[in-house]
Amino acid sequence: MNELKTGLETQEYFINMGPQHPSTHGVLRLMLTLDGEIIKNVEPHLGYIHRSIEKMCEKDQYRMIIHLTDRMDYLSCHINNEAVCLAIEKALEVEMTDRIKVIRTIIDELTRLSSHQLWWGVMGMDLGAITSFLYGFRDRELITDIFEETCGARLTMNYNIPGGLMFDIHPNFQKRTKEFITHFKKKLPEYDDLLSNNVIFKQRTQGIGYLSKEDAISYGVTGPSGRASGFSCDVRKLEPYMAYDRVDFKEILSTEGDCYARYKVRIAEMWESLSIIEQLIDNIPEGDFQVPTKKVIKLPKGEFYQRVETARGELGVYIVSEGKVSPYRVKFRSPGFSTLSAMNKMATGFKIADLVAIMSTIDLVIPDIDR
Amino acid sequence: MFKSIYNYFSDIYTAVRSLLTGMKVTGHYVFHPKEIITQQYPENRDELKMFDRFRGEVVMLHDENNEHKCTGCSACDVACPNGTIEIISDWEINEEGKKKKIIDKFVYHLQMCTMCGLCIPACPTDAIVMSEDFEHAVFDRSKLTKVLNKPGSKIMDGIK
Amino acid sequence: MNRLILKINIYDFTPLTQAIHDALSESFSPGITTLIEMVIIGIAFITLFTILGLVMVYAERKVAALFQQRLGPMRVGFFGTAQTIADAIKLLLKEPLMTKNADKFLFNLAPFFVIIASFLAIAAVPFAKGLQALDFNIGLFYIVAVSSLGVIGILLAGWSSNNKYSLIGSMRSGAQIVSYELSVGLSLLTMVVLTGTLQLSEIIESQQDGWWIFKGHIPAFIAFIVFLVASTAELNRGPFDLAEAESELTAGFHTEYSGMKFSFFFLAEFVNLFIVAAIGATVFLGGWMPFHLGNWEGFNLIMDFVPPIFWFLAKVSFIIFIIMWFKWTFPRLRIDQLLTLEWKYLLPINLVNIVVMAFIAMQGWHF
Repeated sequence: MNELKTGLETQEYFINMGPQHPSTHGVLRLMLTLDGEIIKNVEPHLGYIHRSIEKMCEKDQYRMIIHLTDRMDYLSCHINNEAVCLAIEKALEVEMTDRIKVIRTIIDELTRLSSHQLWWGVMGMDLGAITSFLYGFRDRELITDIFEETCGARLTMNYNIPGGLMFDIHPNFQKRTKEFITHFKKKLPEYDDLLSNNVIFKQRTQGIGYLSKEDAISYGVTGPSGRASGFSCDVRKLEPYMAYDRVDFKEILSTEGDCYARYKVRIAEMWESLSIIEQLIDNIPEGDFQVPTKKVIKLPKGEFYQRVETARGELGVYIVSEGKVSPYRVKFRSPGFSTLSAMNKMATGFKIADLVAIMSTIDLVIPDIDR
Repeated sequence: MFKSIYNYFSDIYTAVRSLLTGMKVTGHYVFHPKEIITQQYPENRDELKMFDRFRGEVVMLHDENNEHKCTGCSACDVACPNGTIEIISDWEINEEGKKKKIIDKFVYHLQMCTMCGLCIPACPTDAIVMSEDFEHAVFDRSKLTKVLNKPGSKIMDGIK
Repeated sequence: MNRLILKINIYDFTPLTQAIHDALSESFSPGITTLIEMVIIGIAFITLFTILGLVMVYAERKVAALFQQRLGPMRVGFFGTAQTIADAIKLLLKEPLMTKNADKFLFNLAPFFVIIASFLAIAAVPFAKGLQALDFNIGLFYIVAVSSLGVIGILLAGWSSNNKYSLIGSMRSGAQIVSYELSVGLSLLTMVVLTGTLQLSEIIESQQDGWWIFKGHIPAFIAFIVFLVASTAELNRGPFDLAEAESELTAGFHTEYSGMKFSFFFLAEFVNLFIVAAIGATVFLGGWMPFHLGNWEGFNLIMDFVPPIFWFLAKVSFIIFIIMWFKWTFPRLRIDQLLTLEWKYLLPINLVNIVVMAFIAMQGWHF
């Protein structure tokens, strides 16, 4: 506007997006510097839902840490639990049975699916298509039913324990999962009809919020958001854990790096997750669902790091142990925090409406950022 | 020139087509009301059955003689990450004249519970379980602090 | 009074209105007669607004629920029919809040602007034969002119709220309505080429032997589609609800409104939806005119048996349903795409369409 020399003096202004705003999905506060509707600068302010989980871990025993990680990225709770369990199991040098590995992998992928379904629904809602929100939840409900039957809770499941699983899978688990797969394979093309191929949706997302591969690497943007920029960062491929080395799946990569690419990568990941589950669901080996561990776990002195691929990217768990019942220090490298740091890079120069699309496609979960 | 005119109209064609596909999806559900997925919650309480593993709240099992299995060993208290369980124990002198530890009150602070389920496997005598009740809303916060052993209950014979 | 009851005829309201007019003229001077008639019509429209608001909010919620595989309101009354009444009572009891440093006068004035614009527009809507408050020779032009007055209310609301979100919303709305006004006008003009009149009652009379959307070949159909899209945009409804855009601007221009003032905006939105659907039904689908098929005398007689008011309401509901279908399917456009759609697509198509239509009308190719 300033270039237009109309004789009018215009100036930039600030606007507070959040902490209570419908499209920040939680209590994120963005300070926007705007010129008309064009974004000049985005400054995220964090800490509105900080619960000091890392500090709480320092007083808890190792078994107790796990249920706290449910509350970080609540949409990939099982994968968070697994990250801590894997770190502890690595330190204790216990070998998991095949049964545990396969069950954990299946539930990992179900968690990823349910997270992506919710993301898809919310993405549509952010862009104004409220109906997609209900459709996303409709399909997610079947997965939460599977979780509820086997793990005992719908969201914060706490199904993993160091040394295996809390219970064995429910007798109905395989049947329900297969039913879900047949149901969802029919419904997933609907997602494309409703949003992916929709001309308004394409225009709202194509070419918006570009993030180059170099930027993705330097900001540490991982997960589907990083892969959409061409950054090959799938931990499941790079450092296979659990049963990922025995299943056949593709790492979805895209080079465009815009909102539509991030969207497409997630949709393609849903198909991949379905195929991973299909490969494993009929081949759950017999065996124990728990490997015996001591009643009070003490980790040997040292530092342990484990990374896993959550629905949002790479989650790293770093435990420093002094040989006591509680860790000396725990650090979580959460995917959301790093992704949010690239927000300014992505959003500058676009409009407020685009910021909403960008925020949706990087799939923020605020408790994951704040911890 | 002709290329751009062609593109103009093909853009309109693909756009309208994509919009109509979207409308077909939503339109399908309008005319198939049987596929409605939501339920009427308080009305369907009778049919509504939670899965048996659902972690609603911690309860203590009592048999028909008003006897429970809790020895007051505090294993659940130790296993709990949030200090939800508080055991107030008492001493009882049995027939042989020996002092024996029993529970006076098994206090359960529902407001602090995260339903992680760690106390259940920790219990050596399987005295506590997770119930399937999920309607925890009350008007007074003090009602969330529950005493799990029923008044007048005592420990089952043979549980150590 | 008995005289009046005898005159009630659901197929033609002219005798009834004439009888009321005669009865009043007998005992009052012409000036007072007009005044009393105006008051009667005013009360009738206020009642209509209330009923429309209640029915249409309920319909919107139920239709939205069906699109989303939900049940919708079910608690209050049978299948939730009393839900909107409960909502209205809630809105009445709510505290009217105002932001600090808001422009009090304009803030309070804005909702009235919006609702008065709807009042003015609904006056010219022909509900059935003889049931029309204002029937003069520029009826269509009057509706198009008056219905765009509402944007002033929206601009005032956004400006006076002392809230940046509201301001952005109202500025978007201003740009939007100014652009889409053109397309609405031109698409209606396409049909005026055929009808040769702007008087709404005559437009309906000209569709005695078939509705214009069938008689006017493809150009009429294109004009109908353009009208639907452009009027959805003019209504600030999804996918063109940029002025509200709850995921971007929380609630846009009415962020700071509460209680009855908010419900005025809400009511005006639904009444405008009704008015737009009524214009569409009148111009394209024959208003209250029953569906007639060529020379099929028997079929036409059966169709004539259904009272015109029901034909009118059925057609209006059909158009409202399509506009709701748009809202519950599509994502929202961005402001620049909104203007691109208007200036690069709708307007050129409309202009070509009007030329084609003029040619058809000149050659007399329409039926």
